Amino acid sequence: MPFIPHTEEEIKSMLDAIGASSIEDLFDEIPAELRAEGLKIEPGMSELEISRLMNGRAAEDGTPGVFVGAGAYEHHIPAAVWEIATRGEYYSAYTPYQAEASQGTLQLLYEFQTMIANLTAMDVSNASLYDGASALAEAVLMAVRANRKSKSKRILIPRTVNPVYRQVAHAIVRNQGIVLEELDYDREGGHIDPASLPAEPGDFTALVIPQPNFFGVLEEVDALTNWAHSHGALVIGVVNPMAMAMLAPPGEWGSEGADIAVGDGQPLGAPLSSGGPYFGFMTCRQQHVRQMPGRIIGKTVDLDGKTGFSLTLQAREQHIRRSKATSNICTNQGLLTTAATIFMSIMGAEGLEQAAATSHANTNELSDKLAAQSGVSKVFNRPVFHESVLKFDKPVADIQGAMAEQNIVAGYDMAAEYPELAGCMMVCVTETKTSADIDNYVDNFKRISA
Amino acid sequence: MLIFERSQAGRTNGVQLNNLDSNTADIPDNLRRKKRAILPEVSEMQAVRHYTGLSQKNFSIDTNFYPLGSCTMKYNPRGSNKLAMLPGFLARHPHAPESMSQGFLASMYDLQEILKDVTGMKEVSLTPMAGAQGEFAGVAMIRAYHDANNDDARTEIIVPDAAHGTNPATAVMCGYKVKEIPTMDNGDVDIEALKEAVGPQTAGIMLTNPSTVGVFERKIKEIAKIVHDAGGLLYYDGANLNAILGKVKPGDMGFDVIHMNLHKTFSTPHGGGGPGAGPVGVSERLIPFLPVPMVAKEGDNYRWLTEKDRPQTIGRLSAFAGNAGILMRAYIYAKMLGRDGMVRVSEFSTLNANYMMVKLKEAGFEMAYPERRATHEFILTLKKEAKETGAIAMDFAKRLLDYGHHAPTTYFPLLVPECFLIEPTETEDMATLDSFIEVMVKIREEAHTDAEMVKGAPYTMPVKRLDDVKAARELDLKWVAE
Repeated sequence: MPFIPHTEEEIKSMLDAIGASSIEDLFDEIPAELRAEGLKIEPGMSELEISRLMNGRAAEDGTPGVFVGAGAYEHHIPAAVWEIATRGEYYSAYTPYQAEASQGTLQLLYEFQTMIANLTAMDVSNASLYDGASALAEAVLMAVRANRKSKSKRILIPRTVNPVYRQVAHAIVRNQGIVLEELDYDREGGHIDPASLPAEPGDFTALVIPQPNFFGVLEEVDALTNWAHSHGALVIGVVNPMAMAMLAPPGEWGSEGADIAVGDGQPLGAPLSSGGPYFGFMTCRQQHVRQMPGRIIGKTVDLDGKTGFSLTLQAREQHIRRSKATSNICTNQGLLTTAATIFMSIMGAEGLEQAAATSHANTNELSDKLAAQSGVSKVFNRPVFHESVLKFDKPVADIQGAMAEQNIVAGYDMAAEYPELAGCMMVCVTETKTSADIDNYVDNFKRISA
Repeated sequence: MLIFERSQAGRTNGVQLNNLDSNTADIPDNLRRKKRAILPEVSEMQAVRHYTGLSQKNFSIDTNFYPLGSCTMKYNPRGSNKLAMLPGFLARHPHAPESMSQGFLASMYDLQEILKDVTGMKEVSLTPMAGAQGEFAGVAMIRAYHDANNDDARTEIIVPDAAHGTNPATAVMCGYKVKEIPTMDNGDVDIEALKEAVGPQTAGIMLTNPSTVGVFERKIKEIAKIVHDAGGLLYYDGANLNAILGKVKPGDMGFDVIHMNLHKTFSTPHGGGGPGAGPVGVSERLIPFLPVPMVAKEGDNYRWLTEKDRPQTIGRLSAFAGNAGILMRAYIYAKMLGRDGMVRVSEFSTLNANYMMVKLKEAGFEMAYPERRATHEFILTLKKEAKETGAIAMDFAKRLLDYGHHAPTTYFPLLVPECFLIEPTETEDMATLDSFIEVMVKIREEAHTDAEMVKGAPYTMPVKRLDDVKAARELDLKWVAE
C-alpha cells in the first residue's frame, strides 16, 4: 500500500483495541445516504511508472531559450540553494509554532527579514506572502489601515504597474469599498511623468510606484514619492529585488522614503516553474509594523538568557484575532524564503549586482540589435532595467510562433493588456544568456522576417 | 550565530561571480543605489555549513512524529519532489506559448479532473495559493453569485465558533459581517441556533466537515437544507478532507463551494510554513465565477481558460497560475495513490486516530468528545491534569519535544480547555503511535511527581522555553551591525 506501513497483523490488533470488526466500522457516523461509491480515477502507479509519465511530459515541454520576463525571470541559481532547501528538515517541517523545536526555520527567517529589509532599505520585513501580486493587494489593504488621516480609501495605481498585479489587487480589495484609480503613463518615456501629476489631486490614501515598471522602464521615484507625501498619502513601492542591487531602494526614495515596499521574490532563487511557487515579500517603516499582514519573526531569549527566535506580534493574525485580523493569510511561502535566504548568502551583494548589471547590459544589447533591423523600433526613450518594449511591423503572434519553432520563447505580446501598444512585444534577457545566444535570437528573427 | 556574524568584509564567492564588468552607464545617477546592501559576505561552504546546521535545529516529518492536528503532517514522498523538479518543468516560463506547454497543461488538466472526482464538485480551479486564499476565492464567489442575482441584502456569513480563524477573517475580507453559532456538547453544530441565525441577510455558511473538533457533522444534510432554504450557500473548508477521501464527497453533502489544502491532503511539502495550494471546486451554479486561469482540453490539445471564456469570473488571485510546482507534486502524489490508494488514506488515518484515542482513553486521559468516533483527528483535554498538577497543556507540549515527538496542535479549538488536537495521519506505524502514548503517560507521571520540572521543559532543544513577551515588547526583527 503506497505510503501506508500497516501489516495485516497490526491492523487486526489495532481494530481489536478499538473494538471494531473492520475499518469500515470506523465510518459508522457518516449517514449511509451520503456514502460515496468509490472513485472513478485511474488505479495507482508505481514510482517507476509515474517517472516514465512525468519524464515524458517534461521532455515534451523541453528547455527553450527564454527571452521573456513580464514578472518571472530566469536567473542562475547556485546548485547549493535547492540541495539545502530540500533537506527534509526544511522541506517537511511546518509553521514554527513550537519555537524550541523550530529554531532552524526561525533563525533562517530572521536572517531573511534582515536581508530583505536591507535590500529595500526599509525598517522591517515580514516572513513572506504568496506572491508579488497578492503582496500588492495586501499592501493596499495595509495602507488603508495605516493612513488614518485619509478617509477616501482611494489608491492611485499607475498603468505602468504589472497589469496582472493590478487585476489581482482589484479582485482582492474590491469588496471592502477600496477604489483603485489608474494613472496613465507618458507615451514617449513609458513612465509616469511627475510633471503630469495634478497639483490638487484630492484626498487619496496611497500611491503605488513600480521600480522598474512593467515595461522595464525606470520611474522618477524621488519626485513621485515627494508628490504623494506632500498630499498626505503613503507610498507603496513595487520593486524587483534583483534590481535593488543596482537601483535606489524604496527606503531612500524622495526625502522620506517609501512607507511600504512589496514585490515578488522569484528572482532570488526560485526557478521559473510555470509561474510558481514564488514568494511575495513586504517591508515597511517601523511605525506601521503592527498593520503588517503575515508572520513576523522576532529575536528573544530563553529561560537561561540564551538568544532564540519566535513568531511575534501574533495578535495581528487570524488564529488569534479572527475577524479583526490584518489578513486571512496563514500558510505563507516558507520553502521559497528558505531558498532565497541561501541564495542571497551565496551570491552576496556583489553577486546580485553582477547578475543585475549583466541582465541590464544583455537586454540593451538585444534591443539595440533588434531595433537596428528594418521594421523594428524601440517604443520608449527612457532607460530600462532588464526589459524592453519593441514595436514590430510584422504581427507579434507570427514572430512568437516562428521563434517557438526555433525553440525560443520570443517575448511578451503587449496588445492584450495595452491596446495602444498593439504590435509591440517586450523582451527580457538575463545574465543566463551570452552574446552568442543574443545573436542566435537576432539571426532567427532575421530569417523569419525575410 | 547568525550568517551575518560569519561575514567578513571583502570575502566573495568567486564561483558565482561573472566579472563581466557589464555596461550600466545609461542608468542615471539619481536612480542608482548609493551604498551596497548589507548581505552576508561568506564563502559557499560557510553558507552551506550554516544552513545545514540550522536545518538540524528543526523537527520535521522526515525526522520526527509530527501529530499537529488540522495540519495533516504526513510523509511527503521524495518521488513527488524529484519529478516536479525535472528540468523541463522548472525551465517552463509561465508565458511560454501553449504549443510549448502541453506536458505541463496536461498534468494540470488531469489534476483538475482528479479533484473533481474526489470532491464530487462540478468544476475545479487550481489557482489559489494556499487554503486561506482558497477560502477567499470561495466566499468571493458566493458574493459574486448573490451580486449577479441582484441580491444585495445578504450581508452575513455564518461561522461555527470552533472554526479556523481564517474563516471569519476571510468573510471580513469579502466585505461580510460574521455571525457565530455555537457548537453543542456532542461536537455537532447547534441546529436550533442555526435556524435562528439564518434569514434574508444570510449570504452563506462556512463549515468544516469533519469539523474542527474532530468529529463528523452528522446533520449536514439538514444544515444544507436550512441554509439553502434561506437563500444562502454552503462553503466547505477542506482542511479535514484527509478523513473522508473516497468515503463521502462534499458535493454530495450539499456544499456549493469547497477549497482543498493540497499541502495537507495531497502531501505537498509544508516547507517550514508553506507554500500551500488551495484549489477550489464548485457546484453547477458557481461555475461562471471560478477564478482564472484554468485548463481546458479540446481534442488532444490543452489550453488556458481566461477572462475571455469566463466573463463573470471573480478574477485572478496570483500573477500567473498559482503555485504550479506544488500542484505538480500533488498530481504526482495522486497518480501514485490512484483510486484505491486514495480511499486507503482516509481509512488508515481514521484507524490511526481511533487507535490513539482509545489507547489514551484507556490510559486515563480525558477526551473532549468521548462518545464520538474520532475522524482522522481527535481532541484530548488536559484540564484535569492541569488542575491536579499545575502543568498545563503547553507544558505537556514542550515536554513532548524532549521525548522526540512534535507537539499536537495546542489550545485549538478555543472552546475546549487545555486541549491537544491530535492528528497522527495514515503514514505513521503502530509502534510510533504506541511510543507517543507511552510518553504521554510518562509526562503525566512527571507532572504528578515534579510539576516544576515539566513546567520548565524543554531541556534538550537548541534553546529552552522562549520569552514571547519580550519578543513582542522589545521588537527585534532584524540584525543590525554594531
